[in-house]
Order: sequence, then structure tokens, then C-alpha cells
Amino acid sequence: MSTSVLFDAPGPRARRRYALLTMLGVLLALGGIYFVLRKMAEASQLSPDLWTPFLTAEVWQQYLIPGILGTLKAAAISMVLAGIFGLVFGIGRLSQVSAIRWVSSVVVEFFRSVPVLIMMIFFFGLYAQNNVFDSELNPLAAVVTGLTLYNGSVVAELVRSGVYSLPRGQSEAGLSIGLSPSQVLRSIQLPQALTAMLPALIGQMVVVLKDSALGYAITYLELLNWSKTLGSAYANTVPAYIVAALLFIVMNYLLTVAARLVERRLSSRGRTTLHDVGPVQGGPDRASTVGGTSVQKMGPTNTAG
Amino acid sequence: MGDILGEYDVLAAFWLTIQLAFFSAIGSLLIGTVVAIMRVSPVRILQLLGTWYVNIFRNTPLTLLMVFSILGATFILGINLAPDSITDNAKRWAIVMLSIYHAAFVCEALRSGVNTVPAGQAEAARSVGMTFGQSMRHVILPQAFRGSIAPLGSTLIALIKNTTVAAVIGVAEAAGLMSEIVENKGSSIGIFLIFALGFVILTLPLGVLFTSMSRRLAVKR
Repeated sequence: MSTSVLFDAPGPRARRRYALLTMLGVLLALGGIYFVLRKMAEASQLSPDLWTPFLTAEVWQQYLIPGILGTLKAAAISMVLAGIFGLVFGIGRLSQVSAIRWVSSVVVEFFRSVPVLIMMIFFFGLYAQNNVFDSELNPLAAVVTGLTLYNGSVVAELVRSGVYSLPRGQSEAGLSIGLSPSQVLRSIQLPQALTAMLPALIGQMVVVLKDSALGYAITYLELLNWSKTLGSAYANTVPAYIVAALLFIVMNYLLTVAARLVERRLSSRGRTTLHDVGPVQGGPDRASTVGGTSVQKMGPTNTAG
Repeated sequence: MGDILGEYDVLAAFWLTIQLAFFSAIGSLLIGTVVAIMRVSPVRILQLLGTWYVNIFRNTPLTLLMVFSILGATFILGINLAPDSITDNAKRWAIVMLSIYHAAFVCEALRSGVNTVPAGQAEAARSVGMTFGQSMRHVILPQAFRGSIAPLGSTLIALIKNTTVAAVIGVAEAAGLMSEIVENKGSSIGIFLIFALGFVILTLPLGVLFTSMSRRLAVKR
């Protein structure tokens, strides 16, 4: 807790001041809750018959669960593909051959700075015109393509900075026992780098999960889209979005907790971890202090959607 | 490519993107600073409120916030930010939602800056007799600010890219125009490149600037 840096142990006067601020905080919280509830009451959004549908199995079976599954499906496929993409281009950026390094850098930097939605709209149109996939599959394919390209680039940066953050002695030791540079990368650096970036990788899944909601714009049936349908079917738009938001928050929060657990476990085994640089974008947190040169650079893109 | 640039006003769309980004950046900086102060304050309830704010808005998709702002807040709750203009209302809501969403990340960026300051710095300041205000002004905040440049830069770049999400509520910024073009003319590499390069031009120099700034101003430890 940063309080230790900023504040001394409170004396009697400071304690009185804290008590005052506590009261102010309580008032602020109550005021906020009151404002929201009043607005909702004015629009009669608090009436029970708007909320009771969420207690029925039907709402869950027909709307919310298909929505969650749609979101998870897109996110899971994208994450796997992004992992592969990231590994390929991350290693490409570490290559001994300058042409490969150069091409990989351009690809990674490009896809990191293009908004995911722009990619999705483009690929959606492209797939639809050329009948690349079954027409039902087009939205999913476009969502997955967009998410893969963007998040793959982020993973590529993670791989690269993961390798850079290892002590030099690791590669020097490998070279000195006669391994070739690519053998050093493959059997010494990558395994360590991948373990170190595990928490960051899980954190990146939060971004993927959130960004899959962009599929709403290209008619992909994920949680947000299903909630909209649910809202029109039961005439309870506001409650439907609130429940959807809660579901997203719970899923993402669980991922964040998982990332933290993995990180703690790794560090208790004496490993240093590469901190999540963005995903949970609390990441930049420590990003600037870890791992030297490239880690800072990774932050840039990561909040989308 | 040329006919698209002739037929559609791509620059106007990007101008709207820049406007959205500019106002949301200011908004998120203001809200984010308040939330950050709450999170690092010594008062438990303020900390909790700040933490809740961050956890809620960092884990909700921006798309959901955008869609809610029109379908929920405007239509049902009747909070209209520009009663006489549908487009203005959407634009203002987009700025509000972008600000609220990114404030969570701004807060974390600022807080991470504070966290880079070693406790010894504050202790040293106190032990030479500085008051709270003095130690803040001369010792802690200058270092904290430098430490948060890099993450703030990341947040700004993410914000610029996220302005595209406003397209889902019909704001005619870059992504909105692009989906209109794709609908009318079909999708092509040319169209994609125009818009993609637009964003590369907007974000790449900022990335370089923030990286070099954070390096130049980094506190040597």
C-alpha cells in the first residue's frame, strides 16, 4: 500500500481530519447510489417485474448463457491464435537475420497501433464478399481475426521483453557451452521467458474478453448482443445491460485474480515475473521499473475496447 | 483509393476522432486524478471507493458503456446531453463514456507513478523536517510524475484507438465512416490502409514521444 510512502502515522489532529474525510466519503458513496437509484426510479426501472426475469431459467438458458458462451468462444479461439501469432513474431523480432527482424517489427508495430474495431470491420466485409467462410461464421471469423492480430502483437512484445528481461548470464552460459544462438533461445531463454510472462498473458485475456464485445458492431452474437435482444424481449433494457456488465466484471475479475495468484506462486518459487503490461492495464504499474528497455514500450496500446 | 478520398470526407472523420480523443483525454485525466488521490489517501473508505471505481470500469467493455449510454441512459433514463440534436447527444455521451472508462486506467497510471517512489524518499524528507506539503511538492510528486509518464502515454494511445468504439452509437468518426464506406463500396485493402494508416499517424509519434520522454525524465535509482 502506497500510504506508507506518502503519509506518516497520524497524530490526533490528523485522525480527526481522517474521520471528517471518512464521513465525506460515506456521503459521496451514498449520494452516488441515491442519484443512480433516483434516476432509475424516475424511469420506473426499479419495478420488480423488470428484474424478476433474471431469476428464471429461461432468461439464462435462452439469452445469457448463449451470450457468455459466444463471448468465451471468441475469446478462447483468439487467445490461442494470438499465442501462436505472438510466439512466431516475438521470436521473429529476436531473430539473427535482420530481414526477419525488420518484417516482424513492422507487422507487430502496425497491428498494435490499428484499432481492433477497424480490423474487424475490414475483415467482416472481406470475408462476406469473398465467401471465405460459411455466412453464419463470418462475424465470428472477423472478431477472431481482429482480436488475434492485435493481441498477438501484444504477446509478441511480451515474448521479446520476456527474453530481454533475463539476466545476460543465461545466454552467455549457453553460448559458452557451445550451443548455437537459436539453441540458446529455444532451450534456455524461451522456457524462462514464457514462465515469466504467464501472469501478463492471463492479464491479456481480460483485454481479449472485453474486446470481444466489439463483435456487437459486426453482428457477432456475444453477451452484449444477447443482452440487447433480452432487453427488447422483456422490455428491460437497463437491467439487462446492468446484468451483462456484472457478468463481464465477474469474469474479468476472476482472470485478474488468477493472474495475481500465478504471479505470487511464481515469485514464491523465486522466479521474477514480467508484469502485466497493460492488459489489466494496472500493469503499467510496474512496467516502467521492470526489465529494461522494451518493457516500457509495451504499454502503449493496451486498453482497447 | 483516390476515389474514396474524393467521395468521402475522411479527414473530417479523423478530425472528429481527434476531437473525441482530446476532450476525453482531459475528462479522463480529471476524473482519473481524483480517483487516484482517493486510492492513495490514508482514508479507508475513500480507498475502497477508488478501488471499486477502478475494478468496475476496468473490467466492463467500453462497447457496453457506449451502447448503454444511448439505449439505456438516453432513451430510457432520459438523460439527454443535447436535447435538440441526436448526433450531438451521441458525441457528448461518447466523450463522457470514454472519459469514465479511461479514468480507471489514468488512475492506475498515476498510482503506479507514486509506487515507483521508494519509501526511503518520504522518510528522508520527513527526517530533515519537511512538512507534508513540502515533502509532497519537493520530493514525492516530482518523482511520482516522472514515473507515471510511460503508463499515461500508453493510456492516451489506447484512448485514441478506443474512440473508434463510438461508432457503435453512430458517431461519424473514423470507424463510423469506414463501416459506411464498407457497406456502400465493399471492403478493400485500400480502405483498410487509409484508416489504419490514419491511426498509425496519430499514435506512432505519440508512442515515440512518450517513450523518449519517460527515458529522458526517468529517475535514476
